Order: sequence, then C-alpha cells, then structure tokens
Amino acid sequence: MAMALRKIGKDGISIWRRGFSSTSGLESSSSRDATPVNLFTAINQALHIALDSDPRSYVFGEDVSFGGVFRCTTGLAERFGRQRVFNTPLCEQGIAGFAIGLAALGNRAIAEIQFADYIFPAFDQLVNEAAKFRYRSGNEFNCGGLTIRSPYGAVGHGGHYHSQSPEAFFCHVPGLKVVIPRSPYQAKGLLLASIRDPNPVVFFEPKWLYRLAVEEVPDADYMLPLSQAEVIREGKDITLVGWGAQLSILEQACEDAEKEGISCELIDLRTLIPWDKETVEASVSKTGRLLVSHEAPVTGGFGAEISASIIERCFLRLEAPVARVCGLDTPFPLVYEPFYMPTKNKILDAIKLTVNY
Amino acid sequence: MAAFSAVKIPPPQFTTVRSSSQRPGSSPAHFAHSPSAFNSISFGSAKSVRSRPLFAVSSDVVSSDKTKPASSSSSNPAVTREVALELYEDMVLGRAFEDMCAQMYYRGKMFGFVHLYNGQEAVSTGFIKLLNQSDKVVSTYRDHVHALSKGVPSREVMAELFGKATGCCRGQGGSMHMFSAAHNVLGGFAFIGEGIPVATGAAFSAKYHHEVLKQSKPEGLDVTLAFFGDGTCNNGQFFECLNMAQLWKLPIIFVVENNLWAIGMSHLRATSDPEIWKKGPAFGMPGVHVDGMDVLKVREVAQEAIARARRGEGPTLVECETYRFRGHSLADPDELRKPDEKAHYAARDPIIALKKYIIEHGLASESELKSIDKKIDDVVEDAVEFADSSPLPPRTQLLENVFADPKGFGIGPDGKYRCEDPLFTQGTAQV
Repeated sequence: MAMALRKIGKDGISIWRRGFSSTSGLESSSSRDATPVNLFTAINQALHIALDSDPRSYVFGEDVSFGGVFRCTTGLAERFGRQRVFNTPLCEQGIAGFAIGLAALGNRAIAEIQFADYIFPAFDQLVNEAAKFRYRSGNEFNCGGLTIRSPYGAVGHGGHYHSQSPEAFFCHVPGLKVVIPRSPYQAKGLLLASIRDPNPVVFFEPKWLYRLAVEEVPDADYMLPLSQAEVIREGKDITLVGWGAQLSILEQACEDAEKEGISCELIDLRTLIPWDKETVEASVSKTGRLLVSHEAPVTGGFGAEISASIIERCFLRLEAPVARVCGLDTPFPLVYEPFYMPTKNKILDAIKLTVNY
Repeated sequence: MAAFSAVKIPPPQFTTVRSSSQRPGSSPAHFAHSPSAFNSISFGSAKSVRSRPLFAVSSDVVSSDKTKPASSSSSNPAVTREVALELYEDMVLGRAFEDMCAQMYYRGKMFGFVHLYNGQEAVSTGFIKLLNQSDKVVSTYRDHVHALSKGVPSREVMAELFGKATGCCRGQGGSMHMFSAAHNVLGGFAFIGEGIPVATGAAFSAKYHHEVLKQSKPEGLDVTLAFFGDGTCNNGQFFECLNMAQLWKLPIIFVVENNLWAIGMSHLRATSDPEIWKKGPAFGMPGVHVDGMDVLKVREVAQEAIARARRGEGPTLVECETYRFRGHSLADPDELRKPDEKAHYAARDPIIALKKYIIEHGLASESELKSIDKKIDDVVEDAVEFADSSPLPPRTQLLENVFADPKGFGIGPDGKYRCEDPLFTQGTAQV
C-alpha cells in the first residue's frame, strides 16, 4: 500500500511525498476496487457499511446529522434516516450513558464524542459502567455493541482543549478496548472490527490526518484484526513503537536514521488495550533496543506500560534502557505546541543515544 | 428545519419583563416597582400555554414596520446621555474588535479556534456595564467582548489572541481563555458548561466574604455573572449549579445567550422545552426572558437581577434571545442557518437600534456618534499594532505555572532541577 501524505499547512509548508510499505498482517479485501481517499472518508465508508450491515446500529453525537464537524458522518442521516443517525444535545455524560443502555439491549451504538478533550464527562460512564457491565452482571448483560469514536491528538493550532490524547486514561481500565488507526486503510478496517467486536471499544481517530492522509482504500467491507500489532518497517538495530499520527513522525525519523546507518524496525500497535505484547517482544528480542513515542505527556503515558512490560520480558536481551519520546508534562500548550510535541529530531536524538548507549 | 418565524406573539401575562415599553399603567408594573417582583413572576409563570414551535418571542424593538425602539413609546428616554453613550461605545468596541479579529485571522496573525461575538453585543454591554470592578464575570469560548466590556484593555486581549507575552494570560490561553485578575474575569472556557460551576463557587466566595468574614460593602454582595449558550442548557453541570445556587441563595446571575444554534444543532431540535427561562422556576429561582438584541431592555432586566443578588435574595436565570451574525467560529462555513433567519436578526442589529434611539431622543448627534466610531477604530488599530510589536513568550515560559512551584518538576538525571535545565524545554526540537 502506498501512502501519500500531503502536508499543506496554512503557512504553506512544502509538499512532500513518501511511500512506505506495509508487510505483515494485511487482510485482503474480497474486491479489487479501491479508491484513494482520506481518513474522514474512509471512516465515513466504514460507518455506511456498519449501518448497512446491521439494522440495529445507530450513530449519534453532537452535530453528526449534517456530517459532523470533521465530515465523518456525511450522508448517513440521509441514507439511514434520522431515527438511526441523530444529533444529541450537548451532554457527553448523557451520550455515553445512553449509548451503554442501547448496547446493553443488543444494539450497536456508535457514539461520537466531538473532541477527545470532551470525553471526560463521559469518563465516569465509560469506566464505571461500560467497562464493568459484563463483569458485574455475570454475563447477564453486556455492552459489547458500544463503540465510542472520538478525534484526538494535536492539530497544529488546537490549544488546550482540541489537542489532547487521553488514551492512557482508558488503557488503565480493564474491560475497555482502545484502538487507534494510523491511516485511512487501517481506519476503515479497524473501525469495522471495533464496531463488530463484542466488547466496548474506544476508537480514537488522529484528527490531524483527517484530510492530510490519503491512501488506497478498498470499497468493500473488510476488517482488520484487533489486538494485533503490525510491523510496518523491518530493521535490526532498534524497535520503534507508536500509534496514530505519531507513526508518520516516527517514519520520518526512521528514514533519517537510515541515512546514518541505523536500521529501525517500526511497529504500529493499532490496539492499545489489549496490546500485542508478543509482536513487540519478538521485535525487541531481535534488535535489543526499544523506543516508544506518543503525543500524550510522558509521565503515566501508555509508553510507560510498554516499557515496563518489555523490560519484564526482555530484560537480559536489552542493550539500552527503553527510551520514551513523548509530550512534555504540561497541559497541552497553545503557542508552545512545537516545543511540546515529540518531534522527529527529538526521536532521532533518542535513537542515536539508545543505539550508542 | 428551524421553523423560526417572525410572528409577533402578543406579550403573554407572565414574563412581563421582556418589554421595557410597558411602563406604569399596564399590567407588568409590578416588575419595576416591587422588590419581590421576580418572586411573583417565578411562581406564576408555569401555567400559560404557548404553542410549541413559535418559541421565538418577538420584541417590540425592531419589527418589520416600526423603526423606533420600544422605549420610545414614552417621550422620556430610559437612560441618560452619559449612559447611552457609554453603552454605544462599548458595543461599537465589541463589534470593531471582533471584525478586526476576523481580518487578523485571515491574515494569519491569529490562529487556533476563534469564536466571534458579532450581533450579541447588547447582552455583554447590557449586563457588564452595570458591574463594579469587584464583580466577577465567567464566560465561554466566545469571550473577547465579555473581557472588553469588563474593562480588560483591548491591547491585552489582542496580544493574547496573537499569542504574545503581553497578552492578558501571557499568551498561554489564547482566544478561548481570557482571564484577568485585575478585572475579575474568571475565564474563558473552551468546554461548554465548565464555567458555570466555577462561577457558582465564585459567588459562594463572595457571599462568604460578606456574611461570615463580615467584609461587607455598602452596595451589597459582589455579584457573579455566568454567561453561556443555549446548548449548554442541556448539560448536566448547568442543572447542578441552578440547584446549588438557589439552595444556598448565591449572588449569581445565569445569563443564557440563546442564539438558537450550537454549532450546527438548532436549539429547537435539541431541547425538549426550548424556553430556557422556565428552567429557573423549576429550581425555585426567577426565570426571565428578554430580547437580547435591545441593550436597554437587557440593561433593565440586569439592573433588577443584580440588585436582587446584591440584596442577598439569590440567583436569577436570564434568557437573552440573541443571534450571532457570523458562524460558530471562523472555521465554520455557516451553511445551516437559513438566510431569512439571518436577515431577520440582521435587521435587529443592537448597535443600529441604539443609534436610532439615541438620535431620536436627542441624546447625542450623529457626528458625536461618528466620532465615537472613529475613536474606537483608533483604539482597535492601536491594539493591533501593540500586539504585533509585542514579543512572543520565551521558551522558558513553557514550564511555568504547571504547578505553584516551578520546581515541581523535580530533579533530572543530572541532579539539577528540571525546570532550570535548558534542554528540558529545548530538546533538540527545531522549530
């Protein structure tokens, strides 16, 4: 799959293209028809298919019926009717709880939280109800049909409340799954898999990539497996792990490191909880070094869990401490966003430090 | 879908406070004269029957055939010349500032999510110009004009929008987070509904100072105003605070700027009972509906609500029917609102209405108003120049103010305090 990333910022960053090849883990589609689409279109296609294939699935959230603020839900209300695709009032807690109730009665509730920053009022419902529903009812009821979709991550000018990455909070909750795609092809497959998975899933979409990421996506219905990481790039000196929009930054760092003779293996975790420890362990056993990178602040971010688990499993094999190149421990800043973010250069420096440890 | 019509509904018996034209002699007199007016309104209001879709209560201010604002039914103006000019200047400042924001945004000087207040100036001016310096204002992301009305200098607000170190929050808040300790502006909240509990706490503090610490002022309690929109009125935090405020009789006024739209969600389609003022009596406080496009009416309602709060009689819920002339934010294409709805409200532009009022009552001449316009243009230009020439915040500011003690970041691997380590903020990031 060739993925073209076109960066067209408001300040006119120059346009560049690069391709990277995916290797393992691809589920092939049953049809050969594929079109180049961007992330929000891929998600839109997934939602159309999901609603088409199950008459008891619903999409709701703030402003979804006209298409959503990111256009992910365009056309759904027109095609499936306003009883299945509808706007909710501004109450995230209500939206989440309501979705749990729908799911508990066997429906597929696909709720949208407009920005991941706004998910915190819903956090109580998700942690205390959604995650524990099957467990505390002894499997009498479950809310597996629940999928919460939310745009997350930095967008260049979002500031404190339009840029957060709250995935770590949800990874700490047994009973929930957290899935984050890196590209349009992945997004469609992972979203369909998440919707059909019999567990509640929180699906974070990297908002920076909504328009910027363009990829060939099959028109047909296809799913990608959850809890399976994907090795995007093979290497032998160091393993890099990331997810979502951060992967494109890691990819750039890999290319730069290649020029300095460091061969990097890049892994997309795809599902953060439950995460694919075996793939990462196999990779680190091969390379002996690990670097994790994410936008969320470093302390208590999901990188910490990966680091701790890998050290448990690969202690004797590790040649250097696990490096984490993440956001700083401050609230997501407005003007300082370039300093806060784990940029390519920070990652490159960490790669070199780790390799030369 | 928003079946919004300009049909005039005859003023119903309950919310008499809507029209300031109803002077002594007509039934709503009890509003103007009795201190317990709001109490009588609050409990009597639930009984009337209104047809649901015609939620919009028309005002007598600017209707299609009249050109005079309602208050001119009597020959005496409702306000003095000084007050009228003050209100005019404040509204023009709000409008000119927001227009300049739009220009600067499209020129790339301002970034992020910017939400403009055009059209709603009467609410901000009508309420905030009655406040003292020690009264508090809590707003939403549409907060530039609230900050300006409260007295934050235009320079500081513009610099904040540009992200400069001379901004009111030293460039760290941006458009949606205007704070000022000097002027008691408690923010700017990007997240809807989050400011209301904060305002409730501030009101509690004012009451505590007055009653327990006995730091009373001759004019009474310090009042807190919480501004928020129609979408917020469906949020749990709003209801929780209505309950707490009435329970403890806090000096707070909940001002709903009902502009009928929450981004793309029409209020009429999101709310089971679109008449927000009714939610006040459900909690035991007066609920008032006022025409938010008429600054004099807003001011009249505000006067009574603020006086009530200062006397310690507790909170009031005021619903202002208003409209935003621009989209939700500068990134909003604003495709969903119908042109005739926009035209209806554009005809009720509060600044034009006040201007007509001033001229018709002889409070000032056209040229005096024009000189105010010119003065405000100069103020806004100066603000832009100031913001342009101000420095960006230094990198070291990135780590400040996360905790009270900047050393709260602990000690790094080299044994020094992390916040003092230049590499901690630099990394090797090339910007």
